[in-house]
Amino acid sequence: MERIPILRMGRFLLVTIQVDMHDQLALTLQDDLTQRIVADRARGVLMDISSLDVVDSFIGRMISNIAAMSRVLDAQTVVVGMQPAVAITLVELGLDLAGVRTALNVERGMALLQQSGA
Amino acid sequence: MAIDVQRVERSDELALKGGEDVVRLRQAVRERAVAVGFSLVDQTKIVTAASEIGRNTVQYGGGGTARLAIVTNGTRRGLRLEFSDNGPGIADLAQALQDGFTTGGGLGLGLSGAKRLCDEFDIQSEVGRGTRVSLVRWKPY
Repeated sequence: MERIPILRMGRFLLVTIQVDMHDQLALTLQDDLTQRIVADRARGVLMDISSLDVVDSFIGRMISNIAAMSRVLDAQTVVVGMQPAVAITLVELGLDLAGVRTALNVERGMALLQQSGA
Repeated sequence: MAIDVQRVERSDELALKGGEDVVRLRQAVRERAVAVGFSLVDQTKIVTAASEIGRNTVQYGGGGTARLAIVTNGTRRGLRLEFSDNGPGIADLAQALQDGFTTGGGLGLGLSGAKRLCDEFDIQSEVGRGTRVSLVRWKPY
């Protein structure tokens, strides 16, 4: 079955989404990440969406869900690399990703996770 | 159709049966949006609108078709997308167009959000017969 790879880097999990995801793939990622947070005792998740040229309400909801689920499992999520055109479109669509921490790039996202004591 | 265009330059139809067809739809709309000459932000807006309505066609309409057309109206050029299904239809269109209204467990932003992302939007639905959504985004001068 098709899956988005999840890499482990110390206490953190790193996900780079590089394909245009169909809905089922997004749901699988959500489930896989939740399980890996517990299995790997991860303290943080860094999700790089710089390759995504579209984030619609479904993918937006997946991002919010992942952030909420990881919070409940005592891990922090930082979403990095959103393209400017995607940010503009998301807000116009009506999604503000409330409760999701974001950073401009992977480096800043990693610094944010480390600072927050994760 | 309620949306008036004078001339269709190029038109193709895509079948929408499952989730992977929505990915193909996004790619096809992106390709047409580039052909029209939309800016990156405008490309992203119409692709996102197409993704929302295409998902509705699959999820609520039980599958259907999307017709993609590059259209002109006078000196304006744009992209028109027409979605059609023979699903259960929408009983209360005004309610379905409200932000946050959903029957499918989603965020309820699909229809209302897609409407905000394009210049012209028309929806017609008949209970038991299906739904047709048609939208246009014009290339700004």
